[in-house]
Amino acid sequence: MRVGVIDYGAGNLRSVANALHHVGAQPVVSDDAETLLACERLIFPGVGAFAYGKQALVSRGLDRVVSEAAARKTQLLGICVGMQLLFDRSQEFGDHEGLGLIPGEIEAFAPGGGAQPLRLPNVNWLPIAPMSKAGGLAGRLLDGVTERSRFYFVHSYHAQSANPFAVARAQYGGQPFAAAVAKGSIFATQFHPEKSGPDGLKMLKNFVN
Amino acid sequence: MRVIARLDVKNEWVIKGIQMEGLRKVGDPIELARAYYEAGVHEIIFMDAVASLYDRNSLFHIIEGACQNVFIPIVIGGGLRSLEDVSSALLAGADKVAINTAAVNNLSLVSQIASRFGSQCMVGSIEAKRQADGSWQAYVDNGREPTGLNVLEWVRELEAAGVGEILLTSVDQDGTKRGFDVELFSAVNAITSRPLILSGGYGARKHLQALSAGGQMPNAIAVGSVFHYNKATPGDLISLSDSLDEKALAA
Repeated sequence: MRVGVIDYGAGNLRSVANALHHVGAQPVVSDDAETLLACERLIFPGVGAFAYGKQALVSRGLDRVVSEAAARKTQLLGICVGMQLLFDRSQEFGDHEGLGLIPGEIEAFAPGGGAQPLRLPNVNWLPIAPMSKAGGLAGRLLDGVTERSRFYFVHSYHAQSANPFAVARAQYGGQPFAAAVAKGSIFATQFHPEKSGPDGLKMLKNFVN
Repeated sequence: MRVIARLDVKNEWVIKGIQMEGLRKVGDPIELARAYYEAGVHEIIFMDAVASLYDRNSLFHIIEGACQNVFIPIVIGGGLRSLEDVSSALLAGADKVAINTAAVNNLSLVSQIASRFGSQCMVGSIEAKRQADGSWQAYVDNGREPTGLNVLEWVRELEAAGVGEILLTSVDQDGTKRGFDVELFSAVNAITSRPLILSGGYGARKHLQALSAGGQMPNAIAVGSVFHYNKATPGDLISLSDSLDEKALAA
């Protein structure tokens, strides 16, 4: 299966491509809208700052690929900042508009109530708890996740676990947040499945099956 | 707590010494990285041990090879000195860069890396050596060259410049398997709100228990010798770390 990886200059695309190869898919890393939209699945990766990612995406005209994929019901997997950019807006370093494909805001963790401030970014391998409503695409991708599964997170901002489109939650410093969200043909994770060892590869395999 | 395998690399070989001296060949970096990944480590650090001699990092092709079969975060360090170097490292497949000498020479590079690639990719690397007066000084070139910087002050400066994590290596404990410099860890951990990777000295379970008994655990430990010389498996260390984490949560 051909899986388009949206190359907008944000992040380690080689890892995503290698992981796709590993699960038997054919990665197509590209910054060309038509090439990407011709693929059967899309991955919207991302690391770094929200505003930088948004600007990099728009300046290459690739925001259209994401919204067009949603309109055509092409299955799309957003990762980390790629997930966050799908939302309405983010509070990271000001107030920035996202792509508005998933209602809600990306917000900061609270400073933490203990003797020490909450250590940020949250750089940890954490368990995730799928929510009972996770059916359809989300149910397929979360298949095989157990309480022993661990996923690699690196982020300082997050979507609310109470968001109606959250399909799995995690917590850090006692604060729950959305580990994964799903809406229509879109599934997106705050963690990095391509960096989460066998548990992450299983999720990618579910995605390309 | 994350358990990270640290591979110090010289001329295509993983090497390990004691206090960063007397280096011995341990194995092939790509094969070792794969073996540690399959054994369950959370992350891998590749450190170019001779970068300062050649003035550049020579590990990019090793990262390219390793990341074909290793699906966990990869950190690369040694000899990276510009935004272009960082870009090449990330293109090769690294997720983060560990910067020591270049930050000492030009702290603004840290800020530039953080704003261009995100702070999650910018690991501030500190080689700390205990001084006669009980303080710690930051070193470069594998603990050989003093910088004149007090480690605790340097941590604050790195944090203000935008590092996303701190890799704290005790030169005194490196390769000794005699335990961490617990005082160094406590002093640094108390003043930073960034995740801390503690490196240098792990040799036995009691060394991790000693850290935990102090009431604080690092976000991660980086381990070389005990893995290289089969004194502990990643699996052992991860289950010990998980049980200490649970204890800390329950407390």
